[in-house]
This record gives sequence, C-alpha cells and structure tokens, in this order.
Amino acid sequence: MQYMLMFYETETEFAKRDDSAAAPAYWGAWNAYIGAMNAAGIVLRGDGLLPPGAATTVRVEDGERLVQDGPVSATKEQLGGYFVIEVDTLDDALAWAARSPNLAAGATEVRPVLPPPPQV
Amino acid sequence: MELTGKGLAGRAAERAARQSYGRLLAYLVRAWRDVAAVEDALAEAFTRALVVWPRDGVPDNPDGWLLVAARNKLLDGARSAAVRQTALASLKLTTAVAAEDPPMIPDKRLELMFVCAHPDIDPAVHTALMLQCVLGLSAERIGSSFLVSPDAMGRRLSRAKARIRDAGTGFEVPDASAVAGRLGAVMEAIYAAYGQGWDSIASDDAGRKGLSEEAIWLARALVSVAPGDAEPRGLLALMLFCEARAKARRADLRYVPLADQQVDLWDREMIAAAERALAAAGAMRAPGRFQLEAAIQSAMVQSRLTSTDLRVPLLRLHGALVSVAPTLGNRLGWIAALSDVDGPQAGLKALDELPHQRIRSYQPYWAVRAHLLGRAGAGAGFIDEAFSNAIGLSTDAATRAYLIEKRAMLTRQ
Repeated sequence: MQYMLMFYETETEFAKRDDSAAAPAYWGAWNAYIGAMNAAGIVLRGDGLLPPGAATTVRVEDGERLVQDGPVSATKEQLGGYFVIEVDTLDDALAWAARSPNLAAGATEVRPVLPPPPQV
Repeated sequence: MELTGKGLAGRAAERAARQSYGRLLAYLVRAWRDVAAVEDALAEAFTRALVVWPRDGVPDNPDGWLLVAARNKLLDGARSAAVRQTALASLKLTTAVAAEDPPMIPDKRLELMFVCAHPDIDPAVHTALMLQCVLGLSAERIGSSFLVSPDAMGRRLSRAKARIRDAGTGFEVPDASAVAGRLGAVMEAIYAAYGQGWDSIASDDAGRKGLSEEAIWLARALVSVAPGDAEPRGLLALMLFCEARAKARRADLRYVPLADQQVDLWDREMIAAAERALAAAGAMRAPGRFQLEAAIQSAMVQSRLTSTDLRVPLLRLHGALVSVAPTLGNRLGWIAALSDVDGPQAGLKALDELPHQRIRSYQPYWAVRAHLLGRAGAGAGFIDEAFSNAIGLSTDAATRAYLIEKRAMLTRQ
C-alpha cells in the first residue's frame, strides 16, 4: 500500500530553519528521520517545501480569476513537506508518521494514495 | 466510553465509573455474554445517572443503581422472548445483589481479564480488549496509545467481542487450569499496557500517566486474586521500579539515562514497595521472566543508591532473562550489560550477530550501537550513521533531543 505522509508545521517550527541556534537540531532531526526512512527502503518520492509565506494561490470566484499571496487556508499548521511511502499496512504507515520530528508542535496526516483508475 | 460530568453528581458518576465500570461490566458480561450490548447498557445507565442524580440526589448505593439501570436496559433490548427468558434467569441474581446494602457485587474483573486473553482471540488484541472492558477506555484512546487508527481499533475490538459472544462454552469463567494457562497472556497484556504508557510520552507526563497507572492497578488486582503465583508479583515489582523513577527520566525536556538520573527524584517509598513485591515473589521459588526483569531493575537501582559495582551480577541476570525470553529487546539488554563488563568491542561483536532484517528499523538497536561505537572510539562517520538511525527512528522528542546532543559531543573532534 502507498501512503502519503504530510508533515504540518507551526510558524515557530518553520522559523527554526533559518535560526542559527535552532537550525542544527531542526535539520538534524529531519535528516535523521528521512535517512531512516530511506534506509528502510520504503520511500517512493518526497520533498520538503518552502514556508507558506512563499506560497501563491490561484482560484476563480464568480468567473473572476484571483491570484493571492499565501497558502489556500490560513491555519495554524501548514504543510512543510510530504513523502510517499510503500508499506504493508496503515499501522506501518502510522508507525512512521509517529516518528516525524514535527510532532512536537505540529501534526502529520497519513493518507492512502489513490490507486490508478481501472482501464476502460 | 468516556465520561464527563459537572458538579457533585457528575463527580460521583465519574468516580463510580472509574471504580465500578470494570466490576459492573464483568458482572453483567458473565450473565449476558455480549460485551458490546453490556457496554451500551452501562453507557446509558451512566448517562441517566448524570441526569437523575443531580435532580434526586446521589443514591446510597450508586453501584446497585447503575447495575439495575443497565440490567433494565439490557432486558429492554432483548427482543426475542427466548433470549429474554434465559437472560432473565441469570440476571435475577443481579437484582438480588443490587438490593443488598451495601452492595455485594462480586468482583469478576479478573475473570473478565482472562476472557479477554482467551486463546481464540488474536493475541494482538488482548491488551486493547482488556483496557476497554476492565477500564472502560475508548477506542480512540487505546488506538492513540497503540498507534492504530481509532476506526481500525474499533473494528478489531468489535470482532473480538463478537467472538466472545458467539463462542459459547469456550468463554465460561476459566477454571484453575485454564487460569494457569492464560496467566502469561494476561501478564503480557498488562505489561504491554505499561510499556505503551512509557512509549507514548512525547515529553508529556500527563498523557503518559493514564496507561501506566492503570497497568499497575491491573497488576495489583492480579496479585490479589493469584496470591500463590510468583510472576504477577514480579510484574508488579518491575512496573513499580520503573514508575518510581518516572520523574527523573526527564530534565528540560531531555531524556536522562539511569546512570545520570538525580537519585533524589526517585520515589523511595515506591522502590521499597517494589523490593517487597520482588522479595515476596522470590520466596515462592518459582523464577520467571518478570521476576528477572524486576531483579535487573533492583540491581540497577541499588547500584546507584549504594554506589556498588553490580555489573557482573547484572550481566548474569540479563543472561538468565535471555535464556527465558530471547526477545530482541532482551538480547539488546544483555549486549549492553556485556559491554559494561567486557568492553564496547565485545558488545559490538554481539550486535553483529542479531538478525539483520529485524534490527534495521528498530530504534533501541541503533541507540545501543551508537553508544558502543562512541565508547570504542570508532570513526566519526560510523558513529554518525548509527546516531542518525537512532534519532530518525525515535518517536519521542526528549529522546531525539538527547541523542542529537550526544551525537554532537561524540562526533566533534
């Protein structure tokens, strides 16, 4: 089964990326986590993302196109990265999600990847 | 079932829920067999109590009141006359019991624990089922502890309860020989519950407490009904030793290993209680896995408290434990003890003999390896790799922070 792990981080966590005092521990934890997933041979693909401040959102309202700076919704926790992993069960995916470093302040969402549609 | 209530009546209902839930459920399940139906009936009884008690006052006999309310609900729910007929006979007893003052509801919680550990039920569900039936924890709460989605946990629990309901005679109250046969599974389940309490800490003491305390409570219950068995006392001693040091395990959100813990943060009374339980178990001359683990705890604690070198006796205890229960965790414990006596190289050599496939994503393996490589003065690259795996596989922020610091110390040349 393929699952996407979506890592949600708080503003404070995002800020640690560029804070010289906090950055080593921040990156140390993420690099170790991703390294452990790679070592387990479960990673299919994945990326980290720049903070939500770098996002641009496009939508159409009443037939009018709107381009806005910022993410789709202004929630406390924002998507900071994602990985798609291949494991046997949801329990296994949750075990990996529970190891993600963002959990000290944020949350990780686990979602099954949509299987390819049946060939008609 | 989670209960919340405001005011005096609310608190009385909550107290009754905590103290009586398992007792009431165990007693009703004996007569009714259908755990899910009894849970629903009890939930409704507690809900009704929250409405009626504030209005009419808390009854003198809250348990009896709840028992009668739940029983009536069960009888209402039994649609077929035949079911009603057979159920009525067994439930008559509950009315007689409830009418007594004070109520003499026989404590059948232990029997219920043994039903939960029946060999026909998937061992992976034993602990969860016990936590729900005996302690009334919700599927959400149990799922969170065991890292299982609440939905999946709810389905697993329902399946197990359906088995209990449908299995017929297999779920009679176990006789003495069946009790002996299932004692191991019951103890495993209790200890797993305690372990979940430890593992799910995430630097948050309040969240951790729940399951640890409840596991200790279950172990005490087990000792009180199986006073002639040594291992339940060993299990109780083991958990008390661990619990006594709970406060010292964290400092500034960092994990603190036993060797560095502040001894004055240890709960000395609890340690004394653990020693008494272990001594009582030892006097029965029936050694076992839990007693050995408790003895290891005792030696480690006494070594700190009396500044005595107990490394050799500790290695012997670990060796005995591995021969009784050769789990990966126990083998790692032995390797750590071995390296304390014979040096890190001996430990590293023993680590290489562990099954490769099973240690790849096993955090404790990498933590032990990282420390041994550090002590052996291995190259920074090797140390870094082992620490990285240990950090990346941690679920607990305090452990992660501790390992990151330790790595920085050991790889800074």
